[in-house]
Amino acid sequence: MNPPEATSKEQTGEPTSAVDATPATPVSTPVPVARQPTSSSPVEKAGHAVDVKDLNAYYGGQHAIKNVTIKFPANEVTALIGPSGSGKSTVVRCINRMHEEIPGARAEGSITLDELDIYDPSVDVTAVRRLIGMVFQKPNPFPTMSIFDNVAAGLRLTGTRSKDLKELVHRSLQSVGLWDEVKDRLNEPGIGLSGGQQQRLCIARTVAIEPEVILMDEPASALDPISTLKIEELIDELKERYTIVIVTHNMQQAARVANSTVFMLDGEVIEHDETNKIFTNPSDERTERYVTGKFG
Amino acid sequence: MSSGGMSLSRLPEISARRRRTDKVMRASLLVGTVIALIPLVLIIYYLIYKGLGTWNKNFFTTDPNGNFFGNHGGIRSAIVGTLEIVCLATLIAVPAGIGVAVWLTEYGKQSWFASLVRYFVDVMTGVPSIVFGLFIYIVLVISHTGGSGFAAWKGALAVTLLMLPIVIRSAEVVLLLVPNNLREAALALGAPRWRVITRVVLPTSLSGLITGSLLAVARGMGETAPLLFTVSTAFVLTGNLNTQMNTLPVQIYNDIKSPEPSIVARAWGAALTLVALVLILNVIARLIARRSRLG
Repeated sequence: MNPPEATSKEQTGEPTSAVDATPATPVSTPVPVARQPTSSSPVEKAGHAVDVKDLNAYYGGQHAIKNVTIKFPANEVTALIGPSGSGKSTVVRCINRMHEEIPGARAEGSITLDELDIYDPSVDVTAVRRLIGMVFQKPNPFPTMSIFDNVAAGLRLTGTRSKDLKELVHRSLQSVGLWDEVKDRLNEPGIGLSGGQQQRLCIARTVAIEPEVILMDEPASALDPISTLKIEELIDELKERYTIVIVTHNMQQAARVANSTVFMLDGEVIEHDETNKIFTNPSDERTERYVTGKFG
Repeated sequence: MSSGGMSLSRLPEISARRRRTDKVMRASLLVGTVIALIPLVLIIYYLIYKGLGTWNKNFFTTDPNGNFFGNHGGIRSAIVGTLEIVCLATLIAVPAGIGVAVWLTEYGKQSWFASLVRYFVDVMTGVPSIVFGLFIYIVLVISHTGGSGFAAWKGALAVTLLMLPIVIRSAEVVLLLVPNNLREAALALGAPRWRVITRVVLPTSLSGLITGSLLAVARGMGETAPLLFTVSTAFVLTGNLNTQMNTLPVQIYNDIKSPEPSIVARAWGAALTLVALVLILNVIARLIARRSRLG
């Protein structure tokens, strides 16, 4: 469905030529909240790259992430694969600083979003999370809120005033392909939707705050195959506007959606390469054993 | 599946001893339940039997006048006084109690100070209500704080102390029930913690918070001991919280000691009224809880 393109992954921060389609909908450029405008002129499709360098993360005394360095190129989908407990989710939670919400958890090292060091003491953690959205494994719409309010929740929770909330909700639901399914019942509770719809609602909620990066922690693992397919198609569309990091246990899923794939084991990065190469001709023997199902 | 005999024979048969034990245990549980129910039913029966006869328009619309002979008056000032004191106590105890619970679940969590707070809240739950009355008596009544000795607001404070641990404990349980993934969802959207609390955590647990608070109110409403030394007693209806005030529990306490049978009857009527008020609050709490479950 999505053959990995030969892109120069190392050139971060530059508009990537990997995506040749024109943007489906005109996207308003995200408002930079905690950052200085980047030096390069903000072109319509200028993406945002995430650079993880020498990351070490701990849960209390447990050393969960060991010297992880990964570059996440702009406007690409990067998949993190590996057995349970290999640290995939922890890496992702470090990128939007959700890791530190767990009591006793801490992280060291550097993570930058373009030039912005998101662990800089002067950086407001809530601003970081507005720039780096997150979709969780289990769909988690707010049970007290309607479908409309769930999509608008990001703005209301961050105290952002929007001139045209209706239009924003419309656009966000449209971009996740949910608009036609829910347009007649926007005032009904969000938890009344099916699991797959709920997950797309959660993605719409994330898209509504116009982040630069979207992290997805096993976004389809609680869903049926048809809903999973929809989410994967959606990821393919979203990468035109966002840099996407997806954690997945499903190797077919990684092969289908990701431009490049990172294989992790016991808190370390074993191999990071084009998805095609990881699945057909990995350099490391452990990667090969994992992707061929010999362990994990 | 179809060949019942075949599959049954492969399972060991239930022994006669196990059947007997099962019967005996079931029977003893039933007996225990009935024994526990007897006093409850008797109390309700006696209250209605003795109290309902006193209920009439006069009973609810006139104040007690202190006359031993003739017309004794009704219990209007006692009902209004109880409502005034409980309202004031609720206004203090519910926001403060929920505030403590929010701090415990959202900020304190498992820290040593939070554990200490929890411990003291538990101790407070077990403190007899008369101790709260004595405490207020010594601190506020004897000192004539506010210009008067006995005063309704001092009684309200004693009831507040009684209600606080109940509100805190019930609210904490309910707040802990809010799934953590909702907090994470809100935090990941870039919400500051106070907005996560006000927009997600509290609305999600609202019905449980109301239920717990109403149960605390019902408990505070019936307490006599915290009021005896703090509000004392009065006959007349008053809205002045800085004076002595009549309340249902204290009126019952005074009336039941009377040698005059019609005054004792008034105590039964007042007791039935008090139980009815508490019952109404409980029904409201249940309705709120049920509505949220369905929604």
